[in-house]
Amino acid sequence: MSTIETHTTRVTVTVNGREVSEEVEPRTLLVHFLREQARLTGTHVGCDTSNCGACTVLIDDEAAKSCTVLAVQANGHKVTTVEGVGNGSGGFSPVQEGFRQEHGLQCGYCTPGMIMACTALLAENPRPNEHQIREALEGNLCRCTGYETIVRAVQWAATNGGAGEWA
Amino acid sequence: MGMIPARFDYRQAGSVAEALQLLASCDDAKLLAGGHSLVPLMKMRLVSPSTLIDISGIAELQGVTDAGSVLRVGALTRHRVVERSQVVAQHVPLLAHVAGLVGDPQVRNRGTIGGSLVHGDPAADLPSVALATGATMVVTGSGGERRIAASDFFVDFLETAVGPDEILTAIEFPKRTGAGFGYEKFVRRSMDYAIVGVAVQAGEQPGIALVNMGSVPRRADAASRALASGAGVDAVAALAADGTNPPEDLNANADYRRHLASVLTKRALLAAGYR
Repeated sequence: MSTIETHTTRVTVTVNGREVSEEVEPRTLLVHFLREQARLTGTHVGCDTSNCGACTVLIDDEAAKSCTVLAVQANGHKVTTVEGVGNGSGGFSPVQEGFRQEHGLQCGYCTPGMIMACTALLAENPRPNEHQIREALEGNLCRCTGYETIVRAVQWAATNGGAGEWA
Repeated sequence: MGMIPARFDYRQAGSVAEALQLLASCDDAKLLAGGHSLVPLMKMRLVSPSTLIDISGIAELQGVTDAGSVLRVGALTRHRVVERSQVVAQHVPLLAHVAGLVGDPQVRNRGTIGGSLVHGDPAADLPSVALATGATMVVTGSGGERRIAASDFFVDFLETAVGPDEILTAIEFPKRTGAGFGYEKFVRRSMDYAIVGVAVQAGEQPGIALVNMGSVPRRADAASRALASGAGVDAVAALAADGTNPPEDLNANADYRRHLASVLTKRALLAAGYR
């Protein structure tokens, strides 16, 4: 086997409105870039196989599983993590507040990904019905709530401000 | 922590010509589009290409074009775009419907139609649409373009007729405007791969294709012929599993898959308007 010569490559991503530019190996996954280079640990690594959705972030305002995206694929793009929603001074976004009001979490592991998937849903469809909410969350697994309270959290957000705004 | 691909060299191609040049000059290179079939395989170290050639920025491979009797879908068109395309919903509604059932919203935002087809996974949804509608794959190499019928495209498990120095650039779907269609996908969780799936395209040239009923995506030939010759729904459904060699896994043994193929074919035929 020959040794594969690799090099690092510069990846520049606008994360939550802030430019993050680092030299990384091309094999660096976006979720690790966010946690280790951008130092934003709100985005979780769950199943690591693009099943569970805990690593969901927005890339150019569309939900994506950051464990299955290479950081180089986000080069030059905008990424929003759970730290980027809300009002920036500790106040919650309507979706976050909905999860609080309706107890949309127990252990909290899936919550950052849920928040981002729900935010993307409401940005696209401000008044989803229950079926549409469940369909939109098919890529996010929760092992605590049974999803009932998550559906209610989205409904709460839909009537109390919607997706909210982010950088 | 976690699963990380083996090291590789990363190149970007800005055009098909540049991508072909890079393919020819690198040993063991792989094309990277949306990465939603390739990156999971690389993370599991089932494949470890020495070079990834990122073609995702090639503008000429994006989008849907109405080309007369066919819709030409660029290989890099993402599932979400196909799912929402008015022109696809009008002229190849089976494709729009099934594109909306691939994976989950996050996967559909990133994954591409070409990537799914060249992956050649017998459990994937979209190959069945290409087979049921009689689509044509447009493949580009250093010698120019060649066209491959969907029925000749899927060669073996995860292997297609695309050569190592070629690129799938577009898929041409014959228009099926106003014709009925059906797609039945049997899963335990909505985001899973089909345990068995069946696609039915009605119309003058009807077709039935199967998901996860063998090592390659395939047409249900006997059932498709019976449908074309006017056989009834039950008679067609009874032929669905004819000639298949279904896989066995913890979800289903071969007999159960054959049973599912038959039941799902009937449902898809009814959805497509057959009685």
